[in-house]
Parts: sequence; structure tokens; C-alpha cells
Amino acid sequence: MSFDWQIFLNMVTSATFAQGAGIAVVVTVISAAIATVAGLFLALARNSRYSVLRQSSVVYIFVGRAIPTLLWLLLVWNALPQVIPALRSEWFSPFLAAIVALSLSEAAYMAEIIRGGIMSVEDGQREAGRALGLMPHKVFAKIVWPQAVRVFLPTAGNEFISLLKLTSLASVISLQELLTVAGHKVSATYRFAEAYAAAAVWYLVIVSVFMLIQNQIERNMRWKSAARPRGQRLPRRRSGVAAIERRMTDA
Amino acid sequence: MLKAQNLAKSYGPVPILTGVSLEVKAGTTSVIIGRSGSGKSTLLRCLGLLETPDAGTVILDGEQVFDGSAAHRWRFGRERELARHRSELGMVFQRFNLFPHMTAAENVMLGLTEVRKIGRRAARAVAVEHLAKVGLDALADRYPSEMSGGQQQRVAIARALSMRPKVMLFDEPTSALDAELVNEVLQVMRNLSTEGMTMVVVTHELRFAREVANEVLFVDGGTIVESAPPEQIFDSPQEEQTRVFLSALR
Repeated sequence: MSFDWQIFLNMVTSATFAQGAGIAVVVTVISAAIATVAGLFLALARNSRYSVLRQSSVVYIFVGRAIPTLLWLLLVWNALPQVIPALRSEWFSPFLAAIVALSLSEAAYMAEIIRGGIMSVEDGQREAGRALGLMPHKVFAKIVWPQAVRVFLPTAGNEFISLLKLTSLASVISLQELLTVAGHKVSATYRFAEAYAAAAVWYLVIVSVFMLIQNQIERNMRWKSAARPRGQRLPRRRSGVAAIERRMTDA
Repeated sequence: MLKAQNLAKSYGPVPILTGVSLEVKAGTTSVIIGRSGSGKSTLLRCLGLLETPDAGTVILDGEQVFDGSAAHRWRFGRERELARHRSELGMVFQRFNLFPHMTAAENVMLGLTEVRKIGRRAARAVAVEHLAKVGLDALADRYPSEMSGGQQQRVAIARALSMRPKVMLFDEPTSALDAELVNEVLQVMRNLSTEGMTMVVVTHELRFAREVANEVLFVDGGTIVESAPPEQIFDSPQEEQTRVFLSALR
């Protein structure tokens, strides 16, 4: 049995694979978003002046990173409903469980990534903001955060790509994502090579899109006037002591 | 205009300021000189409310903006009040501390839109006006990384000026600059002083001090050793420590 391109192409373009890919993307994007927000608060708590917040954050980051992602999934999907009866119902789907588990796990990593970004911003920046009379939350939002994002974005991009691939672990909780779909195809047709190749192609496509988005965001963070729309030319330099003199006498 | 009484500050067991009192009259320029580690920068940062003194008071334009009591130290509820006072003090840093993700105009606009609550369009106009004052309106849309150190420092001065501060504080504004760029920054400061801005300047530029200062304060060992008009400090210093410091620089 050799590699059958026709079967492979049929699989790649089939609605089942597209749906599987769609579920993988949606779970990744939602989990990444929740993990980023939670990670931000964990990172802020880690640098807080209150030791209760600091220590809770440290404990969470420790636990979150120590437990394997697969175990997180099993804990949320299988163990949690045993403890909390309310979860033993229809609405608690593998989809929801996967998002909860991946968010919980990923938040711990994002916390450290974001903290690294925040720490990389020079103290002088905060100081300049405070000196202007900005309140601490404004100093963070307007001055520290935009600079921190630029620093942690490449690492976060890495992280989101591995998160996408971690969604494949959710096949153990019967989430119908890409790898589960491929697995079903394999058991129905015994076409291992074609089904796995089709899944690989879809992962390649998704990761390419992620990378394009990341590049676009990074391009907007170059902080150079050359990054402005074309046709908008820079004015020529006019400076030096003489210019100041002239301007001040004008004023 | 700006008055400090008995400011004291130590980092752990190391005393940095040991009871400093000074008064800067409206429209005058005071220049603080002294060797590095003498406490002159800490003094300026205490006046700028960026550092908490352990004791003492700071009075700005008749209003007590800091008193040494424990209740008046950095506290959550006091942050708003402190922010308001800081917005009335213009601070210029040794390392410029421009925001790298904003253009020159946006750097100047930030305090106007976020603190003064001026609309973006009006803020932009005020920003360009102040950039023009330091000779840089043509570079309004450049980012800090595209400017020389001297230009960056002038933008930083425009940023502080745009808030219409009661006092301008300069913390070694030319120390991080290449020699050929020092003058353009000093020229802006000279003009400000002439226009009647109240200024406190920590600097090593003794020529500037002699030319521009109404009063020169020599700080050593955490206190003001001698304060007098520049002619007196430079030509006939009264204190031995001042003489030693100045002769080492000649």
C-alpha cells in the first residue's frame, strides 16, 4: 500500500479535517486569550507590594507549571465532575474542559513571560511617567505595558504555537480536534500516512497564519517613523543652537 | 516658590541627606553642585516627589506637598494628591527617559491628555508649540531612537514644560550627552532662565552655573555646605570644603 495522493487530498480538503482544525484554532485562541489576561494579573501580583498576593502568585505559577498539560486535561474533564456534581451535565463539554485546562496551565507560563517583559522596562520610564503626574495604573497602561509587549511578544508567539499543538492532547478527552479526526480516519481506513500527512498540513497552515499575525504586530511596534505609510515624508532636520535661538526669539 | 526644610533621607544605614533646607524664589535659578555621591541628585528627587524623604517638609507655592509625618508617606490614598503635585513640577532626567514607543509629539502630549485631560487635537497643538520652543517642531513625528541625545533631551524639556510647571527640576541634564551636544541643551535652559522660569539644576557644568544661576548651592556629605550667588561661590568661597572641591576642578 503506497501513499495515495488522491486519498490524501480528499482528506485535507474534507469538512471533517477543516472542522478539526477549526476546533484546534478556537480552543487555542480562547485559551491563549484567557491565559494572557490571567498571566498579566499573576505577573502583577508577583511584583505586588502585598506579600499575600506575591506568595499566591508564586504558588500558582509553581503548581501550574509542575503539572503536565495532559494531567490538567484529565483533572478538569474526569476528576472535577467527580468532586463537583454540577459539572456532570450536558453543558460541560470536552470543548469547555479543554479550554479550562489549557488556560489554567498556560496562565502559569504566560505569567512568567509577561513578568520578564515588564521587568525589562527601565525604571526611568516609570519615573518619567510619575513625574508627569500620571497615576500608577496609567503609568502601567500607557508606558510600561506597550514596551513590555514588544519584549515578550516573540516568546508569547512561541508559546501560542506550542499551545496549538497541546490541543492535540485533548484527544484523550474526546475533543474533536485535528488529531482526533485524523485518528478516526485511520481507524476507518488504515490510511496512516495520508491521514497524518493531512493533519500535518493543517498544522502547517495554522502555524503560518499565526506567524503572519505575529509579524504584522511586530511590524507595528518598530517605533520608527519609516514605518509610517508610504508617501508621508519626513521633514528635514532643522535644529542646533542657532535654530533654538531663532525660534525662541520668534515666540 | 519651592521650599524644603530639614530633609533627611537614608538608604538603610547609609545617610544620604542629613537635614537639608533650601528656598528657591520665584523666577530664579538655583544650581546645585557637588561631587558624585554627595546627595545632590537625591535632594532633587526628593524635591520632585519621586523619592520619599524620611523626614522634613517640602512646600511648593505655599502648599505643603510633603510633611515628614508617617501618615504623609507614600500611601495608596495619597497617590492621587502626589500625582497632582508632581504634575506641577517639571522633571528633566539625566538619561532623558523619553518614551521610546511614542513620537516626540506623543511624548509631549501624554501628560496633556492623561493628566490635564486635554483633547488629542488641542494637545498636539500645545505639543508642537513647545517643541518649537526647543527648536524641534520639525521633528515632531520622529521617534526617540531617530534623534540625537541632545534632541532627545530637548524633547524631554518640552515634555516637562508643556505641563506649565511651577518649577523645573533638572537632574544632570547634560551628563549623558556627547560634548558637542551639551551646548544645545544648555542654550534651551539658559533661555528658560532668562524668561523667568523657576529652576533647580543639578549639574557639573560650572560655567553654566556661573552664567545662569542666581544662587549656587554646594552640597557635600548630605548637607548644603555653602550657598551664595555664583560670583561669591566661585571667586571667594567661604568654606574650606567648597574651596577644595572647586580647586580640584580647575
